[in-house]
Amino acid sequence: MSELHRLGLTELAAGLRARRFSSVELTRAFLARIERHQGALNAFISVTSEQALQDAAAADRALAAGTGGALTGVPLAHKDIFCTQGVRTTCGSRMLDNFVSPYDATVVARLRAAGAIMLGKTNMDEFAMGSSNETSYYGAVKNPWNPALVPGGSSGGSAAAVAARLAPAATATDTGGSIRQPAALCGVTGMKPTYGRVSRYGMVAFASSLDQGGVITASAADAALVLREMAGFDPKDSTSVDEPVPDYVGELGRPLTGLRVGLLKEFFDKGLDAEVEQRIREALAIYEQLGAQLTEVSLPHLPLSVPVYYVVAPAECSSNLARFDGVRFGHRCENPKDLQDLYRRSRGEGFGAEVKRRIMTGTYVLSAGYYDAYYLKAQRVRALINQDFISAFKSVDVLIGPTTPTPAFALGAKTADPITMYLNDIYTIGANLAGLPAASVPCGFVGGLPVGLQVVGPHFSEARVLGTAHAFQQRTDWHTRLPGGFA
Amino acid sequence: MSAWETVIGLEIHAQLATHSKIFSGSATRYGAPPNAQANLVDLGYPGVLPVLNGAAVRMAVKFGLALGARIAPHSVFARKNYFYPDLPKGYQISQYELPIVAQGALDIVLEDGSVKRIGVTRAHLEEDAGKSLHEGLPGMSGIDLNRAGTPLLEIVSEPDLRSAKEAVAYMKKVHTLVRYLEICDGNMQEGSFRCDANVSVRKAGTEKFGTRAEIKNLNSFRFVERAINYEVERQIELLETGGKVVQETRLYDPDKGETRSMRSKEEANDYRYFPDPDLLPVQLAADFIESVRQSLPELPDQKAARFVSEYGLSAYDAGVLTASREYAEYYESVVREVPAQPKLAANMVAGELAAALNRDNLEIGASRIGAAALGGLVRRIADQTISGKIAKEVFELMWSEGASADQVIESRGLRQITDTSAIERVIDEVLAHNPGQLADYRAGKDKLFGFFVGQVMKATGGKANPAQLNELLRKKLSG
Repeated sequence: MSELHRLGLTELAAGLRARRFSSVELTRAFLARIERHQGALNAFISVTSEQALQDAAAADRALAAGTGGALTGVPLAHKDIFCTQGVRTTCGSRMLDNFVSPYDATVVARLRAAGAIMLGKTNMDEFAMGSSNETSYYGAVKNPWNPALVPGGSSGGSAAAVAARLAPAATATDTGGSIRQPAALCGVTGMKPTYGRVSRYGMVAFASSLDQGGVITASAADAALVLREMAGFDPKDSTSVDEPVPDYVGELGRPLTGLRVGLLKEFFDKGLDAEVEQRIREALAIYEQLGAQLTEVSLPHLPLSVPVYYVVAPAECSSNLARFDGVRFGHRCENPKDLQDLYRRSRGEGFGAEVKRRIMTGTYVLSAGYYDAYYLKAQRVRALINQDFISAFKSVDVLIGPTTPTPAFALGAKTADPITMYLNDIYTIGANLAGLPAASVPCGFVGGLPVGLQVVGPHFSEARVLGTAHAFQQRTDWHTRLPGGFA
Repeated sequence: MSAWETVIGLEIHAQLATHSKIFSGSATRYGAPPNAQANLVDLGYPGVLPVLNGAAVRMAVKFGLALGARIAPHSVFARKNYFYPDLPKGYQISQYELPIVAQGALDIVLEDGSVKRIGVTRAHLEEDAGKSLHEGLPGMSGIDLNRAGTPLLEIVSEPDLRSAKEAVAYMKKVHTLVRYLEICDGNMQEGSFRCDANVSVRKAGTEKFGTRAEIKNLNSFRFVERAINYEVERQIELLETGGKVVQETRLYDPDKGETRSMRSKEEANDYRYFPDPDLLPVQLAADFIESVRQSLPELPDQKAARFVSEYGLSAYDAGVLTASREYAEYYESVVREVPAQPKLAANMVAGELAAALNRDNLEIGASRIGAAALGGLVRRIADQTISGKIAKEVFELMWSEGASADQVIESRGLRQITDTSAIERVIDEVLAHNPGQLADYRAGKDKLFGFFVGQVMKATGGKANPAQLNELLRKKLSG
């Protein structure tokens, strides 16, 4: 059964239930792939082989007894931002290098309850701050399509792991594009739900009003299955929304006839690579063939989303990361001489450069005398962007455009200039500011590198977004292509 | 002294009497071993989130309604950012721009009996911090986070108070109110009710406020009064000797009876307040507010007014008797025993009973004489079985022996003498034994009347009915 990794998660779950293979076999197969490719890709920070095999054996017993859940025996990986009880949870930072979480994040607990097996914890930009995975304390993740290139970030480990089929699915989080951008750059499917759809409890906070957990998979159908198990109201998260979770799997396969697709004028700007645009236009043509109606729409405030984001996100981050002070958990400097020394050195040593940059930016924009000019103004513009989206969704059902302006770039190419790095998220940030569900699906290649197509829907329209992505994948096979060396 | 006017505003912190913390499920019990009541949320672990305790919101609304304040239909929790080891998250969740309660007022009674209205700017919900421990830990600091996350209602007054006495009267009024509402146990020793005082002075007749100092963490009425008086004198002395008051935070040292500087404004933190994105704004529906209003008990001022109109008490007695809900309830239980004697009952409760409780340092709930028993005593005064004077003696015996009034009266033979001929007999004896005084009295020394009363009372063991005695004695002396 050396070809198990080629099956998508949905097929794996079905195969396990039909007992065509065991969870132990399946888990072994993925662990073997992780072991073989970890050196080249660096997609994982921790691999929990022993626990995974134990859990797989238990899953096999449940499957034999017919008591399994939707994901019983299916292995997957968790982004190392999700707290996992008894397992190190680093968030890609030296600050949490020694942190073993005493509890499970709600997402982790729900997927476990659904029967999923954890293979390990995936690499990520430090505290999810980055678009290339180069800010990780554990070193950059390599793009499986070309190891000289970045996988995107911050969920670069999750995207690379799924692209190389080291796991059939991996959880991820998206604050400004951290699911969709690496999914696009690695040629996999990434789904960021509506803000509030998935509990943030146990997800180490970066920017609380923007952070949203989601999943990276090989296909939209697989994403629907995992999301259905992850999503839902959590009394431990006041910002999670008490709305019933539709059967995302059951909702797939609706015809797109009459679907009103909006083309965001602002997404087809001069920053968009011509060949990437070409792939997007080709994808749109397929949507037309599927019966969708294309119209151009404009969101006049959207071009302000990057500056707004880089005020709001650092502001929240500067406060969220204050708890890492060397007192109760995480990195503590050697022999502090007094309290100030403890704070300064523990934080100075524990955080990397990008995290420090954002803490400083955030502290600045919240400071007396600057709050109104930065934070408050950014919040006002954010409200306008949200309004823009709401108005647009009066005339269209979904918005479709590119996920990123270019395919994957070289490691080190943008590390010297944070602004160019930040601009990589220009098409993804809007959905975070407005809290909208959005997916990225592979839609072709440019120079041998995958290109991502982004689908954005109104609040709580996950089923529609996934259905729109799924219909495209029913007509194309981009999502089934595997990078050379990982087939 | 009269050239200066004192201006005081108080920020009172009342710990709300919820079972669990404001944003976590940990218990709020006082006195648990360090960190026994701190869960992952209180410890600020990575990934944890706050969830608002609805009971704390309800209590804040209760307080606001009792003040006649505006209850905000939309209030917002904000983060107050600063680093301190007893503040696990590196920020305190509080309310800043949009507090839950705004624009209320309380009336206080001044020493001259006049009533003064004190504005309450706002009352907002927030979490308490933990505490640092230094004792018994040489070279180290310990941190106890049991108190971290305990719900507080911070009640901010307008700078309407003009003396330490007014400040204390206001603080006592708030103390009474929160206990009436059962939203705070009012225990000041345990820190459940404490205040910060903003104190400044200005030349009498000027509009502009002087520079203020904030005295932190005053946890007794006595300290509030002393600290303010000290601070006022300090500021006046500074100003009169050409100095300047600096805006700063000061601490009161009760042992030395002085305030001293903690940190100046220059060293003050920039708290970088911003709305907490982990918590939704608190939205209160009109029917919720109405349901809280329906649940309000009779408030101290309403109760005092009723005592005046229903029982014919003086405003002063009504005020004393309504100082706490338990006290007022005790009084009314006594009145139920002797419905025709509300004034006599008031005298007993506000007089003998209050003195005894005070002397033995007991709360009304721990009184050695129950309301029914005290009613029994009042009944015996009313039906003239004993005099008011003997009643004091009976009261003391009831207090020490736990016996009923009737038992004490019978066993000690304290029944009042109301038999006219018996009293006359004693008067005759007294006059016969004091011929000199009798002569002096008749020669115009009226003051000796008291002497004869005293002698008769002495001879009867105080049991002669005072009114009868007066009347009979006057007759005999003039006869």
